[in-house]
Amino acid sequence: MAATILHGVGATTALSSINYNNSRRSLPERKRTSLVIQCDGSLSSGLNISNNRGAKLSTNAVAQTKQENVTASTTSKPGHELLLFEALREGLEEEMERDPHVCVMGEDVGHYGGSYKVTKGLADKYGDLRVLDTPIAENSFTGMGIGAAMTGLRPIVEGMNMGFLLLAFNQISNNCGMLHYTSGGQFKIPIVIRGPGGVGRQLGAEHSQRLESYFQSIPGIQMVACSTPYNAKGLMKAAIRSDNPVILFEHVLLYNLKERIPDEEYVLSLEEAEMVRPGKHVTVLTYSRMRYHVMQAAKTLVNKGYDPEVIDIRSLKPFDLHTIGNSVKKTHHVLIVEECMRTGGIGASLTASINEHFHDYLDAPIVCLSSQDVPTPYAGALEEWTVVQPAQIVAAVEQLCQ
Amino acid sequence: MYIHKRRSNKEIIGGSITKRRKIDGRNQNEHCEATENRVACYRVLDDHGYPIAGTTFDQVDEETAVRMYKSMASLEIMDSIFYEAQRQGRVSFYLTSTGEEGISVATAAALSPHDIILPQYREAGILLWRGFTIQDFANQCFGNEDDHGKGRQMPVHYGSNHLNFFTVSSPIATQLPQAAGVAYSLKMDGKDACAVAFTGDGATSEGDFHAAMNFAAVMEAPVLFICRNNGWAISTPISQQFRSDGVVVKGQAYGIRSIRVDGNDALAVYNAIRAAREMVVREQKPVLVEALTYRVGHHSTSDDSTKYRSLKEIEEWRRSRNPVTRFRKWVESKCWWSDEEEAQLRGTLRKQVLKAIQIAEKIKKPCLEDLFSDVYEQVPSNLRQQEKSLRQTINKHPQDFPSDVPLH
Repeated sequence: MAATILHGVGATTALSSINYNNSRRSLPERKRTSLVIQCDGSLSSGLNISNNRGAKLSTNAVAQTKQENVTASTTSKPGHELLLFEALREGLEEEMERDPHVCVMGEDVGHYGGSYKVTKGLADKYGDLRVLDTPIAENSFTGMGIGAAMTGLRPIVEGMNMGFLLLAFNQISNNCGMLHYTSGGQFKIPIVIRGPGGVGRQLGAEHSQRLESYFQSIPGIQMVACSTPYNAKGLMKAAIRSDNPVILFEHVLLYNLKERIPDEEYVLSLEEAEMVRPGKHVTVLTYSRMRYHVMQAAKTLVNKGYDPEVIDIRSLKPFDLHTIGNSVKKTHHVLIVEECMRTGGIGASLTASINEHFHDYLDAPIVCLSSQDVPTPYAGALEEWTVVQPAQIVAAVEQLCQ
Repeated sequence: MYIHKRRSNKEIIGGSITKRRKIDGRNQNEHCEATENRVACYRVLDDHGYPIAGTTFDQVDEETAVRMYKSMASLEIMDSIFYEAQRQGRVSFYLTSTGEEGISVATAAALSPHDIILPQYREAGILLWRGFTIQDFANQCFGNEDDHGKGRQMPVHYGSNHLNFFTVSSPIATQLPQAAGVAYSLKMDGKDACAVAFTGDGATSEGDFHAAMNFAAVMEAPVLFICRNNGWAISTPISQQFRSDGVVVKGQAYGIRSIRVDGNDALAVYNAIRAAREMVVREQKPVLVEALTYRVGHHSTSDDSTKYRSLKEIEEWRRSRNPVTRFRKWVESKCWWSDEEEAQLRGTLRKQVLKAIQIAEKIKKPCLEDLFSDVYEQVPSNLRQQEKSLRQTINKHPQDFPSDVPLH
């Protein structure tokens, strides 16, 4: 499985570093500081800064305030290169170091280091209790995480594959999302539930699920999807520090993406989208693996004379309508590219949301490219055709911009 | 001659096991359905409240015994009045602990206030013992602005962070895996406390029960599982719930020490829970206690149990096997309680509950803002937008909106 992942991601590695440099300087002016910002613009200082080791938080790398901008770019170190799964681990380790209440639980997360090696080495460093191997019962260890969170810990529950978390749906929906509310605010649930999902390379239908579709309706939870080593680490840290239950969606095929990330500590906002490539003809909204298909299509589109604006929405619940809205007001055309099924996916909700808020700015109906409403077949060629390909994205943009 | 050499048993995973020579379907020992050889039940007081000769138990002192009795009686009275209030339409829903008062009160008395309770829904006696006032109960049932839960849950879904009692969540058995998490947290902090998770007989059929037991055993989590086997899961009798000898044998399957106790004998429950708790905290391992009892009341106010069981059966348990009466007889035999005190308690309590209901009924409901708060740590913009939209609708059509919900 490792070999196929590397094979699948080889083509996209180069793209990610290119995307990154563009995105650092290109967001519209918006006040940023080194703390986390909510999407309504208010500063959240409710972080658990209980054990501040004096490390200066570097400025948010997506856009910067004027003065900090200058200092950061002249004195920041070159950073270090790592793979996405290592970035997740680095974020996790930094948070475990900072706050003794942070713990990890899941199947094979301990000495085995996790099936995707996100927790490798942590059990040796923090012990068996803080990096806990559980029996195979997703509903139970998710429930266990909830009970632990209600009693003051900050657990990270790892689903070996997001699809298995369907077994934990009861705990996630009825308890995780609800107990803060139904207890009248008496009990909080600062849990992070994470794991790989999405269509891989011939993993079979049950291991190729897009659970963000099913979870998006649950009130009380937040959902984010990482797509680069940089945002993976930043979102992991933000999710752990958040007092709300957060589901962090990783993608099976993105774990071996390589990127250079800053040495300084940074935390990203859970509610912000990422401007990947500014443009003016069409707003392309995407997340997770589809970001790379979109960027590949973007290369072709640029050669054909189009100027697409690509936004990685990152925050699946709630949507960053501020960033998305600004883009729609500029380009007046929207293309959503997702891996979810056509029915009831993130794209469906996003379409409804944009129509509701920005209908007047649209010059054409929103186009949404999704996977078909079929279980993912095992046969490689068939599987490839259930996922939106760059050629389809190019065709869709051409048609939209006519 | 060919000599068979015994091979080492160490090759078998899980440790050495004695081998057997054959399989015999007619052998009684193969059968594990409930037979006459049922697991014995710990009991201290007989039906008349006298200690059974030869039983080992720790005495409770007068103060604790009287407090236990008063709590059990209070629970009984509170339940009957709230039940009536529901029948009169003043409360939307209620669930009594009738017949099971001994379990919750005696358990609460035997635990430490630092032990964290994960209830099912018939454990109000624990809250009563720990200091939840009658007014608190009434406020939750009426969902008014003084309710700790801010009126968001249905009646009897009490919760109190302060009293270490997790808010009741309706789905059955979901609290059981959470208990392992609570225990994990306590273990990490090295606290002298345990998680106490309640379940009914019906809940033991849920997958969560089995996985939670397994987890607690493997993780060596300090969880005390208490199963109130009251014979009925709404209309399903235990003969249709499982075919094992009750719930106590299930603990053994997971490697958990288990004990069966007479749930209607408050003194036995007190002793059993005390011993179990000590084992749990000292050895940091789970223990299962099955308390045999009977659900005298209906499942809830939405149920009429005479439809599926005989009145005669219900009355027999209500009258001659009542845990409150049984404990009272014992307390009276020690001259710690009298008829006068009984009359006074019942009179005062009745007035207290009625008054609490009257007050709770008049307190205003939580304001509209509380519909949207606590979904997240801070109210996000989409919810603020939805609140604004709702307020606009209310302004346009005030006559269609309930008048007892304050807007601010």
